[in-house]
Amino acid sequence: MIAAYLHCLRGIIVREGLRFVHQRERFVSALVRPLVWLFIFAAGFRAVLGVSVMPPYDTYVLYEVYIVPGLVAMIQLFNGMQSSLSIVYDREMGSMKTLLISPLPRWYLLVCKLLAGVTVSVLQAYVFLAVAWFWGVQPPLLGYLAVLPALILSGLMLGALGLLLSSFIKQLENFAGVMNFVIFPMFFASSALYPLWRVRESSPLLADICAVNPFTQAVELIRFALYGQFDLVACLGLAGYLVLFLACAIIGYDPARGLMERRGAPG
Amino acid sequence: MRTGLLPAVTVLLALAMPAAAETIYVSNEKGNSVSVVDGQSLNVTKTIPVGKRPRGILLSPDGKWLYVCVSDDHTIKVVDVAKQQVVRTLASGPDPEQFVISPDGSLIYAANEDDNTVTIVDVAKGTALGKVKVGVEPEGMAISPDGKTVVVTSETTSMVHFIDATGRNIVGNVLVDNRPRAAIFTADGKQVWATAEIGASVSVIDAAARKVIKRITFDIPGVRRDQIQPVGVRVSRDGKLAFVALGPANRVAVIDAHSFEVKSYLLVGQRVWQLAFNADETRLYTTNGVSNDISVIDVPALKVVKSVTVGQAPWGVAVGP
Repeated sequence: MIAAYLHCLRGIIVREGLRFVHQRERFVSALVRPLVWLFIFAAGFRAVLGVSVMPPYDTYVLYEVYIVPGLVAMIQLFNGMQSSLSIVYDREMGSMKTLLISPLPRWYLLVCKLLAGVTVSVLQAYVFLAVAWFWGVQPPLLGYLAVLPALILSGLMLGALGLLLSSFIKQLENFAGVMNFVIFPMFFASSALYPLWRVRESSPLLADICAVNPFTQAVELIRFALYGQFDLVACLGLAGYLVLFLACAIIGYDPARGLMERRGAPG
Repeated sequence: MRTGLLPAVTVLLALAMPAAAETIYVSNEKGNSVSVVDGQSLNVTKTIPVGKRPRGILLSPDGKWLYVCVSDDHTIKVVDVAKQQVVRTLASGPDPEQFVISPDGSLIYAANEDDNTVTIVDVAKGTALGKVKVGVEPEGMAISPDGKTVVVTSETTSMVHFIDATGRNIVGNVLVDNRPRAAIFTADGKQVWATAEIGASVSVIDAAARKVIKRITFDIPGVRRDQIQPVGVRVSRDGKLAFVALGPANRVAVIDAHSFEVKSYLLVGQRVWQLAFNADETRLYTTNGVSNDISVIDVPALKVVKSVTVGQAPWGVAVGP
């Protein structure tokens, strides 16, 4: 029985890996997006947005140093959404059925799918960090090791969010809505681009919203880990959101209770 | 809430950044005090009240006494390093800002900004021995390693004056860019590096010929030209690197002292003012007047490792054992 579970996990990861390898554009675009932010946006704002000394930084940092953890989390956010997009695609194309007729429990299939997505996003994050290193963003070497568990946890949380969303989306065309209603608000209402104390100066309410944003938890856990420190609050927050999103996604995909079947899957 | 990841990580980080057994003294211009910072923990261990508007700060060659120009009290205060308190007052002439100490520690040369003079002070007696008339608003001071030549910059005259220490008279003047604020001799005594705040440049002067041999300018991407205001300057003993504090540009320029090329700009606190090396020149400390902190630069790595909050408007810094 265990062999069957492992076989299934391997199958899904290999399929996701193949998709990743065959779609070079996808890999390049996943990398280009944060690099545009790093090379262009951060350069333009480096003089405008000063960043004060705040944990985990011991001294003043340039703006491009500040936004790197946020951009790493952005890679994972897009990756999570991308894999939810691929589920919708699979469902439309019918290859989802092959997967769902497997005798293994549905929750297990979803977790496998999630792990496959996280593997890809962690790889992308490390490639981005390597490029950033040459751009002068050089955290301590230990930080690169310490950030791995943080990347896995944040990747799982954002992937679970993607799964949950995919259970709601009936057709591929609706995916643009995800961009507008999920990715953009999550990214901008977070500590990715500006520290929360700066947001608080202009709007305390917005700062509170940013503080509970799951994406902020991901950014801060990655930021602290990258500098060899551990942010307990962000870690607990992330774990909480992961459990919540994954549980909802599993319910959403449950044929007995889920929204998917009730709405009627196309094809 | 935020704890160290692992004890092992902490140990490794500690190994990566060797702690220095040294003490840093910072004069706080608006705090009217001197902050004492432990070089190992980088914590402020004591704040010594010294008087109104402390600026120039230096240790005696034997490291036992700390001299602080207390500008608005028109004196130089002497702090006993062991007792960490003010024990004496030296006559300095009006409004002393920067000063230098003769290599044997017996004399102090202090620039009197409001009086257009340099006062020579007998350290043992605490009295003024004489004055040398210089240009308008004298400020930056340097002394040659052999103690024979004293250099003073006058802000309004835009000149670097060379004073013969024995004859106590000006023997040469070098015109530099607008508002020269600080100067330093290289360890071999062959060059004087003088910064110009408004001119946004550093003039490298041949000390024997008394001629500018190189004018160094700065250009930082993303920083406005008028924010680049060079003040404090230090040249490493081996003559390889020079560091220039760029004021409101919040950067310290790293210059190859042989080719005079600017190698990089290190981000520190706001309005970086003066600089000081530690004994083995592995660290450079900067005072950041607006952000009320000092930044610690790892010299071999050319990286800023930490910024530490001190008193109000830190101006000068001295490093002792």
